[in-house]
Amino acid sequence: MPKSYLSLELIDKTFERGGRRTEVLKQVSLSVDKGEFISIIGHSGCGKSTLLNIVGGLTQATTGVVLLDGKVVDEPGPDRAVVFQNHSLLPWLTVYENVRLAVDKVFSKTRSKKERHEWTMCNLELVQMAHAADKRPSEVSGGMKQRVGIARALAMEPKVLLLDEPFGALDALTRAHLQDQVMQIHATLGNTVLMITHDVDEAVLLSDRIVMMTNGPSARVGEILDVPLARPRRRIELASDRTYLKCREAVLKFLYERHRFVEAAE
Amino acid sequence: MSVTNLKLKPQAAPQPSAQVIALGHPAGLRTDSRLARLAAQTVTNLLPLIVTLTLIILAWQLVCSSPDSSLPAPSRVLEESWELIVHPFYTGQGVDQGLFWHVFASLQRVALGYAMAAAVGVALGTLVGQSALAMRGLDPIFQVLRTVPPLAWLPLSLAAFQDGNPSAIFVIFITAIWPIIINTAVGIRNIPQDYRNVAKVLRLNGFEYFHKIMLPAAAPYIFTGLRIGIGLSWLAIVAAEMLIGGVGIGFFIWDAWNSSLISDIIVALIYVGIVGFLLDRIIALIGRAVTRGTANA
Repeated sequence: MPKSYLSLELIDKTFERGGRRTEVLKQVSLSVDKGEFISIIGHSGCGKSTLLNIVGGLTQATTGVVLLDGKVVDEPGPDRAVVFQNHSLLPWLTVYENVRLAVDKVFSKTRSKKERHEWTMCNLELVQMAHAADKRPSEVSGGMKQRVGIARALAMEPKVLLLDEPFGALDALTRAHLQDQVMQIHATLGNTVLMITHDVDEAVLLSDRIVMMTNGPSARVGEILDVPLARPRRRIELASDRTYLKCREAVLKFLYERHRFVEAAE
Repeated sequence: MSVTNLKLKPQAAPQPSAQVIALGHPAGLRTDSRLARLAAQTVTNLLPLIVTLTLIILAWQLVCSSPDSSLPAPSRVLEESWELIVHPFYTGQGVDQGLFWHVFASLQRVALGYAMAAAVGVALGTLVGQSALAMRGLDPIFQVLRTVPPLAWLPLSLAAFQDGNPSAIFVIFITAIWPIIINTAVGIRNIPQDYRNVAKVLRLNGFEYFHKIMLPAAAPYIFTGLRIGIGLSWLAIVAAEMLIGGVGIGFFIWDAWNSSLISDIIVALIYVGIVGFLLDRIIALIGRAVTRGTANA
């Protein structure tokens, strides 16, 4: 087996609460190449956020390992920057200070003060938020906050960028705009990205591969779909593209026919 | 017919003239109109207060105006305590000082005791809020101790310190510390998991986490505790000073009572009230300045 950049090997996760054991993930394995954009899709409650947290080091897997660039992941760190669903900016810091906090922490020894300032501004410019650098999170819109969240994650120069339903809380137009920006950033920087989503169009539009999870409890990787669409991708052209439609259909079929969301499973 | 015409005319007339005035002001005299608006605002805010104050003083005057009334009327307070009112900075022998110096002495004690309570309270609150073990070990003790009335500590502290001044400061400390501990602990416990996750991803160390995440996130709660604490301190100092003596507004009131100077007591009470109000406002102002933007994202 060729060694991949990020690999999840036989991840099991069991939560224990008051003597009741709930198996959330069962034998989840996944290999991601450097520069790949992977989406993980599944119904709510299938443990996809838990999976992302395990890669992020915020949650420990019960058994199995995560390997990133040949090293075992067992604690959180800036090499696996997370963009949280609800942006998680610190409200008492300005937009600039939020990004600067990450830059200062990660590059405290390797870069001068001036370089750190420039790097902060550079990342804010990348997400087109430099104009609001001195505003507080409460003074900018939801989409802008999420862009700052992305800038903060990118500023850490992570080996892998973890996006936890990053556009879930946004309206459709803002979401489309941010998706385009993420595609552009991915094209420019070539990051390795792992994104959780429940939006089929988003998954097909952004990803190189889509990991489809079966329903929990004991969720597994059901199927992995290749999205053989050339980049750069344009959403309007894709709307009638046959490959796009076929991928979309495949994901929909998986989610709504083979693994229908069953509310009362037990 | 003619009657309706007459009625319509004055209705239509004010409209154009009102427009002329509205346009003329902001164009020429912007600062003037701002001042005028400020003055108008002050009047609308203060007028009700002035009216109620006048009514209260009038009622007080009426009730206490008979010669055999046990409490003095406002006019008698002015007359009897005139020296005290107009010479707040008077310095004499021993406890014979102007009211300013009495208040100043009390404030010094409060400042010392309160500063210690704030420092220790925030530290202990952080400990209890952060560690479940410390919470289980300490919280029940705090909950019991905080119900002990401030003055009940005084004999014990007099026995321990053998001196009035440190005892009074200790009473302030022990009075103010509980709300600070409890509110800080609640604030720390309520730090959203998101912020903790951010700290973990950034690998903030203990000290960085404390002053970059914990303190700002819990600041609104901490300041609620600090504000309750300063109010309680001021309540306690007056009572404590009555017992320990020396220069201080509490002893001044007690001394005035022993000398049957009821008017002086009333003047002192007004001082106590105003200073307490100012202390509360100062902490609230600092809190607002420090926690700006913290309340919500």
